[in-house]
Amino acid sequence: MSPRPATVPRLLLPQVSKGDTLAVLAYPVTATTVVLGALASRDWRPMHHDKDFALHRNGTRDIFLNTPNQAAWFERYVTDWTGPHGRLGRVTFRMKGSVFPGDTMELRGTVEDVSVDELGCGWAELSVVLSVGGEEKTTGAVRVAVPVDEGDNPWRRRGEQWRP
Amino acid sequence: MSASHQDATLPEDVAALVGVAQYETVGEFPVERGYIWTTCSSVENANPLFWDDEAAEAISGGPIAPPTMVSVWFRPHHWAPGRTEQALPLQVHFDLKQRLGLPEAVMTDNTIVFHEPVRPGDRLRTHQVLRSVSEDKTTKLGTGRFWVIDVEYRNQHDELVAVESYTGFGYRRPAA
Repeated sequence: MSPRPATVPRLLLPQVSKGDTLAVLAYPVTATTVVLGALASRDWRPMHHDKDFALHRNGTRDIFLNTPNQAAWFERYVTDWTGPHGRLGRVTFRMKGSVFPGDTMELRGTVEDVSVDELGCGWAELSVVLSVGGEEKTTGAVRVAVPVDEGDNPWRRRGEQWRP
Repeated sequence: MSASHQDATLPEDVAALVGVAQYETVGEFPVERGYIWTTCSSVENANPLFWDDEAAEAISGGPIAPPTMVSVWFRPHHWAPGRTEQALPLQVHFDLKQRLGLPEAVMTDNTIVFHEPVRPGDRLRTHQVLRSVSEDKTTKLGTGRFWVIDVEYRNQHDELVAVESYTGFGYRRPAA
């Protein structure tokens, strides 16, 4: 099974600059998106699959995306940009509003900093936003290790060599 | 956020919990590829580390789980034979609400730091550590305290795989 060439894309740190923006990912959210995401993350709580419960117990207008699945969306968004050699070090989220079926969610990312740590590991620091119709629903930050050159691979770092 | 030991208003038994590992839990099942594929499918994640064994071998020394899935391995089955009541995820949060008499609570921030990769077949375990409790604070929600809880995850080799940090605010609504 090989959905795309395994080493493409392969982002290298010298190609990344502060202020770079990632291509916007727009995705039309359906009830299936919400239910699939909740069950994939083993989140059985009814507000993520039962509209009647969401309306009458949570007071929301529909079922809504759960937090762990949003984390998975952000992971996919960032590693689509880096390719498989990109290795997540740290993610931070702040939930501001819910994402419902019928919404088109948009993920955006901006490079806030680029650095090489004292062990030679390259890092890109991103700010990320998930928005619907221009309204921010989730904001966050992602620290991702990116190879410094063709011969580098952040996944080889173990123990003290890895400072996320 | 002020250190809890400087706060004379914080009950001693709560202050004594700061830095202590609580609620050690072992995952109900080994990390498995079915959930990895279902999760990747749910967000259309084509990263070959999860789909292409040759690429995974070359890049990450074999297949791994998406790092952001770390908490997935601890969500209990919806039903299991003979199961008795179990601790809620983030039980320390609910304990604090109750002990400090704060009926409402929200989670404000969630950070996950990733260490050793999680691999299919791993048996992970976790515990919760209260890191800090603030003095009384008043926000637009009400008056209460902020706290930080770390959830640490380790694999069967006792290697740290991830630490999740949650900032909670337990509060009482202003009197109407």
